[in-house]
Amino acid sequence: MEMINQVKQSILTPYGMQEKDIDKIMDSMLSAAVDDADIYFQSSHFESWVLEGGIVKEGAHSIEKGAGVRVISGDKTGFAYSDRIELSVLLEAANNVKAIARQGQNAQRQVDVLKKRVSYYQPIDPLKSLADQEKIDLLKKVDVETRKLDQRIEEVIVSLVGVDEKILVANQDGSLAADIRPLTRMSVTVILEDNGKREQGSMGGGARTDYGYFLDQDKALAYGKEAVRQAVVNLDAIEAPAGNMTVVLGPGWPGILLHEAIGHGLEGDFNRKGTSAFSNKVGERVGSELCTVVDDGTLQDRRGSLSIDDEGVPSENTVLIEKGILKGYMQDKLNARLMGVKSTGNGRRESYAHIPMPRMTNTYMLPGSHDPEEIVKSVKKGLYAKNFGGGQVDITSGKFVFSASEAYLIEDGKITRPVKGATLIGNGPEVLTKVSMVGNDLELDAGVGTCGKEGQSVPVGVGQPTIKIDGLTVGGTSV
Amino acid sequence: MQNNEEINRLKSLVQDLLDESKKQGASSAEAGLSVDNGLSVTARLGEVETIEHHCDQSLGVTVYIGQKKGTASTNDFSNDSIKETVRAACSIASFSSADEYSGLPDKDHLATEFPELDRNFAWNIDAEAAINIAVECEDAARSYHAEINNSEGASVDSHQGISVLGNSLGFLHGYQSTRHSISCSVLGERNGDMQRDYWYSVSRNAEKLEPAKNVGIKAAERTINRLGARSLSTRQCPVLYSAEVASGLIGSLIGAISGGSLYRKSSFLLDALGTQILPEFMHIHEQPHLKMALGSASYDSEGVATAARDIVADGVLQGYVLSSYSARKLGMKTTGNAGGVHNLIVDAGSHDFNAMLKQLDTGLLVTELMGQGVNRVTGDYSRGASGFWVENGQIQYPVEEITIAGNLKDMYKNIVSVGNDVDYRGNVRTGSILIEQMSIAGE
Repeated sequence: MEMINQVKQSILTPYGMQEKDIDKIMDSMLSAAVDDADIYFQSSHFESWVLEGGIVKEGAHSIEKGAGVRVISGDKTGFAYSDRIELSVLLEAANNVKAIARQGQNAQRQVDVLKKRVSYYQPIDPLKSLADQEKIDLLKKVDVETRKLDQRIEEVIVSLVGVDEKILVANQDGSLAADIRPLTRMSVTVILEDNGKREQGSMGGGARTDYGYFLDQDKALAYGKEAVRQAVVNLDAIEAPAGNMTVVLGPGWPGILLHEAIGHGLEGDFNRKGTSAFSNKVGERVGSELCTVVDDGTLQDRRGSLSIDDEGVPSENTVLIEKGILKGYMQDKLNARLMGVKSTGNGRRESYAHIPMPRMTNTYMLPGSHDPEEIVKSVKKGLYAKNFGGGQVDITSGKFVFSASEAYLIEDGKITRPVKGATLIGNGPEVLTKVSMVGNDLELDAGVGTCGKEGQSVPVGVGQPTIKIDGLTVGGTSV
Repeated sequence: MQNNEEINRLKSLVQDLLDESKKQGASSAEAGLSVDNGLSVTARLGEVETIEHHCDQSLGVTVYIGQKKGTASTNDFSNDSIKETVRAACSIASFSSADEYSGLPDKDHLATEFPELDRNFAWNIDAEAAINIAVECEDAARSYHAEINNSEGASVDSHQGISVLGNSLGFLHGYQSTRHSISCSVLGERNGDMQRDYWYSVSRNAEKLEPAKNVGIKAAERTINRLGARSLSTRQCPVLYSAEVASGLIGSLIGAISGGSLYRKSSFLLDALGTQILPEFMHIHEQPHLKMALGSASYDSEGVATAARDIVADGVLQGYVLSSYSARKLGMKTTGNAGGVHNLIVDAGSHDFNAMLKQLDTGLLVTELMGQGVNRVTGDYSRGASGFWVENGQIQYPVEEITIAGNLKDMYKNIVSVGNDVDYRGNVRTGSILIEQMSIAGE
């Protein structure tokens, strides 16, 4: 209750709105025959600081707030929003959106049993966790220390981003849910030059916590060190091989494989509509026995975690694939209702100005039994990929790509020469069936992932142990 | 008709931001705001699925205290919020370091003439009428072929907005613009192979949109053409980029000659000015004042006048893509490209699409690319692709689950021809582009 009051005071009170005004808006929407309705209030306070060329040359700051109203009737959605949190404005919006509903009797208010709420992060404002001068000193320190690491460094770019977000969701059942979601992120990019050859390396991290995270165990400096290491490796990279081969993916961020190949295809909306390559496959084998994949929004302080989703539903640890068998999909309320299942707490939206849909939180594969060295040793000829850029998937054909930014040849069971970045391409419903070894070294990514779907961006996490895939197409130039 | 009363009201808000900045100690400032109202509807399987009413606004201010810079923005237009936003920007500026290159543009670069660019065509359409168009579009797609068996729906979007920019050098201008679109995405299935494709039409003037039916038919046709796609064996062969993906190749070139990439030395085209980067037959122009075009602007995002110019002539790079800041860093003059390029035209060759296929003879036609595998520092390029295998100038079968790779520097030099099958929808207008040889990785 305490958090609800805190959020109400922050989002409603300054604009002269009270809880009874929310009831008025809800009543207006429920005067049509609707299956569901909600009002979503949000305020977010964002800041970023960027160091480049040795100086903190700019910073940005933004405050946004607003509310979105939504009415659902069957599989139809009416939606409107405003940056003005005012009763008259929101009543008008409510009046606009209920046109989507069938004409008929009033909807009933259903009162749900209040679910017990668990928090997976502290309700803190990260922007206030350091004084502005301390933020700048941190960026400068990272710059100075990183430049010391290699004389070939030409440029170091360091950025620090923090968000203080508060949300309040009013549901048709009369319940109010609130959340305070801190989010921080830091990244370091270096550009190296050696005899006219240039390369860059990047590393960053973040979490749902305050800026103290980057000071703990000198994480910020470690990002700089890692960025330099990657750039140095890539300076010596030879042409990447082209063709189908055995690929070993390192632990952590390469879990983007799961996000693209499996995750999107298991989002409830695509499966309700039958547009996913995974449609109607629950209970079927989509991976080898070694593969168990979950989407877990309940990890403490992780970037993709949520105490409640954007529909007020508590986050869960959802098993997507268990020992290779497809167990279920990620759901928001609309798609869960239409498919006759329960929401898994995956209803997310970029902001009050966007419609919620099923989205991932932290998606990862559980560890297996193999020693990572043993996995590499088992490969006669192949590719070892350690770091990745982004990825993309066509959920209908199942084809997915993800781009390696640091990769090596495996020759006779040994990791040998670094190769240039290359895109890897595969087929989602097939790729996990080719997983023949899973390491005991589960790692989650460092906390910089952002997922885009239908124009909406949300923070997510990925992870996996070292895995071996018997055959994936590697898009190099060395034919 | 422009809503001059509303534009004037918003201009005075921008002036308030500038005045407040001065009052709070800024030595110079730039402020801008935008408002946008819109309607989006989607119809799926013959019925309305979503109706969205859009209403966005935001304002932002950049202040300079000497050479120190701070930026702040908000979507709250109240007086208190304006004061608070300026205060936040000034606070950031007070903590940031002096940068000798920062600051407003030189006054004599600012736009003083504002030619009519025909950007504003209100579309008086309500949700019901928009739904009817979307249904018509989707119906055309779904009834196109028996193998079309599912749909992601058809959408109709209509947006109208006002954008205002001002700075403490006395620049203050605003304009109203519109953007309307129809899009459709449908699925097909053959022997268990499921494919999806889409098509869209976009214009500032709804009357210039492709008929809804045609958009639907095009989406369906593209989906059907993909059915039965297979991979290719790993090989090297010529690659034809269809017009809608060829614009991305030109986009990567623009990224590499943009000020930010150049002064950071994170470009594979460093020091390329005056050198041959494309074959001699290629010319690329920027035409910012084309009427009704989506990229048209009489000034860039800092108020600098835009002008028509050659970017590449006879394959030789004629100019970079610079803002005032990046120009100062490079010891050059701004090209009026803060915020990007405005209508990039790649001169079309004489071949239509079929003649381009003939010229390709045997090789890969790429119609879709996946992933972001472009390294801007080295030019190394590796992306997922789908399209068609072509033999003797004839399309043989659809292909998928392959990658195409090369280095952009070489790819640009090895362009064989540019078609006249220009895609006019985007900010980059080019026909299809044929590249002599690339590496294909597949099964």
